[in-house]
Amino acid sequence: GRALLSPLRGAPRALRGLAAGPEMHFGFQRVTEEERREKIYQVFESVAKRYDVMNDSMTLGIHRVWKDILVHKMNPSPGTLLLDVAGGTGDIAFRFINYVRSVRERQLQRKLKQHQNLSWQEIFENYQEDKFNSLGDSQVVVCDINREMLKVGKQKAQHLGYSEGLSWVLGNAEELPFDDDKFDVYTIAFGIRNVTRIDLALQEAYRVLKPGGRFLCLEFSHVSNPLLSRLYDLYSFQVIPVLGEVIAGDWKSYQYLVESIRQFPPQEELKAMIEDAGFFKVDYENLNFGIVAIHSGFKL
Amino acid sequence: EEEEVEEEEAWHQLYPGHIPTSPLQKALLAAGSAVMALYDPYRHDMVAVLGETTGCLALPNLRDKMKHHPEGYRILQERPRIRLSTLDMARLGDLPDGSLGREYVRFLEVNKVSPDTRMPPKFVDDEELAYVIQRYREVHDLMHTLLGMPTNMLGEVVVKWFEAVQTGLPMCVLGAAFGPVRLSARKLQVLATELVPWAIRSGLNASCVLNIYYEQRWEQPVESLREEIGIFPPP
Repeated sequence: GRALLSPLRGAPRALRGLAAGPEMHFGFQRVTEEERREKIYQVFESVAKRYDVMNDSMTLGIHRVWKDILVHKMNPSPGTLLLDVAGGTGDIAFRFINYVRSVRERQLQRKLKQHQNLSWQEIFENYQEDKFNSLGDSQVVVCDINREMLKVGKQKAQHLGYSEGLSWVLGNAEELPFDDDKFDVYTIAFGIRNVTRIDLALQEAYRVLKPGGRFLCLEFSHVSNPLLSRLYDLYSFQVIPVLGEVIAGDWKSYQYLVESIRQFPPQEELKAMIEDAGFFKVDYENLNFGIVAIHSGFKL
Repeated sequence: EEEEVEEEEAWHQLYPGHIPTSPLQKALLAAGSAVMALYDPYRHDMVAVLGETTGCLALPNLRDKMKHHPEGYRILQERPRIRLSTLDMARLGDLPDGSLGREYVRFLEVNKVSPDTRMPPKFVDDEELAYVIQRYREVHDLMHTLLGMPTNMLGEVVVKWFEAVQTGLPMCVLGAAFGPVRLSARKLQVLATELVPWAIRSGLNASCVLNIYYEQRWEQPVESLREEIGIFPPP
């Protein structure tokens, strides 16, 4: 595959991107495809309950900004059908709902302003109609392969009061349980790194999107600035596993996290993979000097 | 190649469960675990991590004490483990009252604890020292038995004072110093006037408690063992 021939950035040759023969990478370890899926499932099973706390600690809360930027870039209008893959604890889904709700509210306010000369009866009827449609028929389906993560997500939704326009589906990004041409937008935030066959996930993304639909991927990427890169490495390898041990009692899962970031294809390589899956107008935007990147593509 | 070195380090496991760490990581772990242990006293794993990351002077010291003592030396060679699977609880329970075995079983039952809840070491970078700290953890319940202290906060603090004097482990010193902050004034008084002085005197007077092959002394009466080690009778 393409990934094997791309210029390396330090990582051992056979471990980049796709599997080389039957062996793949799990962080810096060599494992088979099946072992990798198994290990990753266990990592997320183990971290699920502390996932949000750890995200806040490791990124000092900045992950919230990254996710906000993703949804703003998406700029969904009411009526959008979103599939959020590897959506686990619901961060993107809740932001989507908040966004369309506020867009919808502004729509309604504008409508009401235009209807200044109506009778009270007519205004009342208008209001009734729209009141039961605060999301404007927008919907988000959260799909995750891990039961524990979905469980945490559902609990959060209940706790925060999200119910309308939201559904939870257990599924594998490499083999989605949805029909072709269904969704307006497909997002995968901090999830594609954990997929074992990224090419299959991208193909599935293409398949389930409607023509004109948009693919959006938010993921850790590569920092090219050498000084920043060294500081980032230092922080990643020295501090993050310690945080994992102290906060979650789990060093190994967070060691895996920082290693998996290093093993993931850099910006240009991922862009090429997305194009390979059939997407057009593929582009990416670096956040925080490349610590994180948002890739976007369209199905035409 | 940086990543290759990292890979090597990852496989530099000296014993099952070992996680190799850099000096910076150890320092961060020590600080983090200390804070977390104080913040959430139920995080026993943090107390364990603190012990491992700060024991770099005390552990070799303990190991040497063991090496230069005939019984301690045998323990280091034979590596006995105190676990439910290795102990014959029925037999120990049948031993006469006052014997080490009988009193140990009684202690476990009354306080509803088990020897199997001790954390295995992760951050000690020497396989023999990892055993030493493991032995210290497994012998902790026997300390309670010998000192006659229960597993409530007060009892734990007293045992920590004794262990601090005996082992010099910074984790014990910190536990002994900070443990009392959560105690009531009345308990603090008893602690300060009677229990701690006794624990310190006993700790100083006693020979190294890790040099006793407890598994071969279940029949010995607790009082006789106390005398032999040099622990003064509890107040």
